[in-house]
Amino acid sequence: MTDQELRVSKIENGTVIDHIAGGQALNVLAILGINGSRGETVSVGMNVPSDRLGRKDVVKVEDRELSQSELDVLSLIAPAATINIIRGYDVVEKNRVERPSSVTGVLECPNQHCITAEDEPIDTQFEVLDDGVRCVYCDTIIRESIATQIKV
Amino acid sequence: MRHDHITSAKQLSRSDIEAVLDRAGEIAGNPAAYADRHEGALLGLMFFEPSTRTKMSFSAAIKRLGGDIVDMGPVDSSSVQKGESLADTVRVVEGYADAVVLRHPKEGSAQMASEFVDIPLINGGDGAGQHPTQTLLDLYTIRENAGLDDLTIGIMGDLKYGRTVHSLAYALTTFDTRQHFISPESLKLPRNVRYDLHEQGSSIKEHTELEEILPSLDVLYVTRIQKERFPDESEYRKVAGEYQIDAETLEMAKDSLTVMHPLPRVDEIAHDIDDTEYATYFEQAHNGVPVRMALLDLLLGGGQ
Ligand SMILES: [Zn+2]
Repeated sequence: MTDQELRVSKIENGTVIDHIAGGQALNVLAILGINGSRGETVSVGMNVPSDRLGRKDVVKVEDRELSQSELDVLSLIAPAATINIIRGYDVVEKNRVERPSSVTGVLECPNQHCITAEDEPIDTQFEVLDDGVRCVYCDTIIRESIATQIKV
Repeated sequence: MRHDHITSAKQLSRSDIEAVLDRAGEIAGNPAAYADRHEGALLGLMFFEPSTRTKMSFSAAIKRLGGDIVDMGPVDSSSVQKGESLADTVRVVEGYADAVVLRHPKEGSAQMASEFVDIPLINGGDGAGQHPTQTLLDLYTIRENAGLDDLTIGIMGDLKYGRTVHSLAYALTTFDTRQHFISPESLKLPRNVRYDLHEQGSSIKEHTELEEILPSLDVLYVTRIQKERFPDESEYRKVAGEYQIDAETLEMAKDSLTVMHPLPRVDEIAHDIDDTEYATYFEQAHNGVPVRMALLDLLLGGGQ
């Protein structure tokens, strides 16, 4: 098997997330809650040469199709990503991620004085800005470090 | 005004602000006409941290409208100590009052609490976050003394942590104002505030010295620089000293300059300014009552 074949080897059913910014693949998996513990087959390609991004990451998850809310969050750290849904070795859907206007319950507010850090019956909520997200409760803006604020 | 809750100055449009200030002006001009306006109305006071002035000012406001208060009392004697969530506490208090004022140390607490109640909730200060009634009384004071249009204002002191400054600066963008921000390098406006002002189309002019813009100002809004913001006492003294004003400092100012301060002050405004025409900070504090009366009147249905 050549390098090229290893990288692009097809999956029968599942999702291929392509055009992830180089180095972000593990964060993408973290967002999707994929750590291999459920026995799913996951292939990760990191820093693959790309015409569009220079270097890109690619993630293939077998036997799983992503939901819209998963795609929403994905868009925050992988805005250029393309999502290919595979059934029977064929791409049946090809989508770009779209930035949602807000994300709920996924990110943690980095402000330790924020009410969302207390034991209250609410989800975190962030408004999506052009270049970051903002806590709707305390107004804190997260820009560079969105991936580290993902709840695990 | 079409708001159920007042959690942030950012939610207020220019016409909302003008409705409150107009009503406050009417109340200040004829308080007797409002004395029974909300007879029997109960205002719940939920103060999770001490703030004597805000509390007294709200109490005075509802009583001067003919209503009364129900006070949760200090936190150490209430159920909060037993670990009850704010969401639960506010839902209980909702049954006791017609409107509620919340002061709480956590940022975003008022926004969260408002999601759990149907009676009007007013944010009386949420940590380093918002304090919208302070903003409204500041705007009222500015309008009474200098007008809100074609205004040049300088805001000086701790611009990084000073929440009154953030709300005021944002609210002023809805009027025709030129805003100058004067602070030490380490206490400049934070990123989220600059973002908002920029989004509002406001040009932000930042300075480290007052002298260069003082002669152009109609209003100088001074805030306290706190010791806790500095690594050591000597650094604090050196920096804070550069942002204190006295009568001599103001020799370069316009005769009509209005000097404001949210109080309490320490030594950022010398006492020799108190008796001059510039000093407006006590009037500003007194304006808290008619402005909070106006807000309560509108929220309790006095608008029709
Ligand atoms: Zn927050």
